[in-house]
Amino acid sequence: MRRSAAILALMFAGLAHADETRSFASRPDLPRASVASGYTFLTRETQLLQDDPFANPGYLWVDRGARSFTESIGTASCRSCHAADGERALVGVSARYPKIDSSTGALVNLERRINICRTRYQGLEPLPYESDLLLALTTYVAQLSRGQPYEVVIDGAAAPYFARGRDYFFTRRGQLNLACNQCHDDNFGKMLRGDRLTQGHPTAFPGYRLEWQTLGSLHRRIRDCDAGVRAEPRALGSEIYVALELYLAWRAGELPIESPGVRR
Amino acid sequence: MSDAHGIRIAAPNRASAGEVIEIKAMIQHEMETGYRRDQFGRQIPRFILERFECLYNGKPVFRAELFPAIAANPFLNFFIRATESGTLDFRWTDQDGHTFSERVTLEVV
Repeated sequence: MRRSAAILALMFAGLAHADETRSFASRPDLPRASVASGYTFLTRETQLLQDDPFANPGYLWVDRGARSFTESIGTASCRSCHAADGERALVGVSARYPKIDSSTGALVNLERRINICRTRYQGLEPLPYESDLLLALTTYVAQLSRGQPYEVVIDGAAAPYFARGRDYFFTRRGQLNLACNQCHDDNFGKMLRGDRLTQGHPTAFPGYRLEWQTLGSLHRRIRDCDAGVRAEPRALGSEIYVALELYLAWRAGELPIESPGVRR
Repeated sequence: MSDAHGIRIAAPNRASAGEVIEIKAMIQHEMETGYRRDQFGRQIPRFILERFECLYNGKPVFRAELFPAIAANPFLNFFIRATESGTLDFRWTDQDGHTFSERVTLEVV
């Protein structure tokens, strides 16, 4: 009896532990010197599709986002706050996301930030994650930072989120029992069936994926990886994915933001 | 996506008489083939654009029929000869007969 209680206690301890930060502190991050964009793993044809601002289908969403940004909608438009020269005012801003929202202390990504603007300042309903309009607005703002590297803050209030995101990256999961780092740190450049493994950087997103035949968010892309290792994908916009997004943004180092990128 | 059927057009604003000019058009459309199934195994209904045309001062100069094998967001690239100033009208029609259009002007000097 005492023995089974002890086993039970151990099991609960294990369960409680499962959601906490494990210690992967000793695991090395991807060395800065070998950081390479997903772009370098694409075929030449797909690279050209991304580079041509007309042929890149992601710009359909940028155009729509730009229209929506200035549109008057019976309440303040995005532009009413973000200056008449709205374009300039938001240059470089997306590079600092995910970041801590000063009024709630929570880590928010660009999608969440746009919805905070809608509910807090515009008196509008938040847009559903992955809705066409939210993707358009996010891509429009992300594209204003095209060519710049991420500049995310990972200390202070962001530190616990960063630790959880990093942890998610190094944790084995799913029926295939694989962690992100096993493909994206240890085996990038090799073939995974018909596809070449990349380092898993977020710089192209929101981006156009040929497999999707449409533009999608980084979280949609991460869900595909989770489903690929037969793990339960987390919800779009979930806290753990935002934390992972922070780790990925930091891990991308000096890579320029490519959104709207084109990926296979 | 119903309100998102935008088009991107690249066409010169001016051209000299007799010049051959390049026109590019990309239409935002999912071009759902009707052959795919969703995660619950249900067939996703076919939803495609069927026709695209370009009229130069009201006269057709380019026309295309589209089929399910054409990828999402069709990109059409063609050439016309500039003869007189006027308008280029782009019209596209989906399988349900909804027609959308966009106009650009061309000055021939």
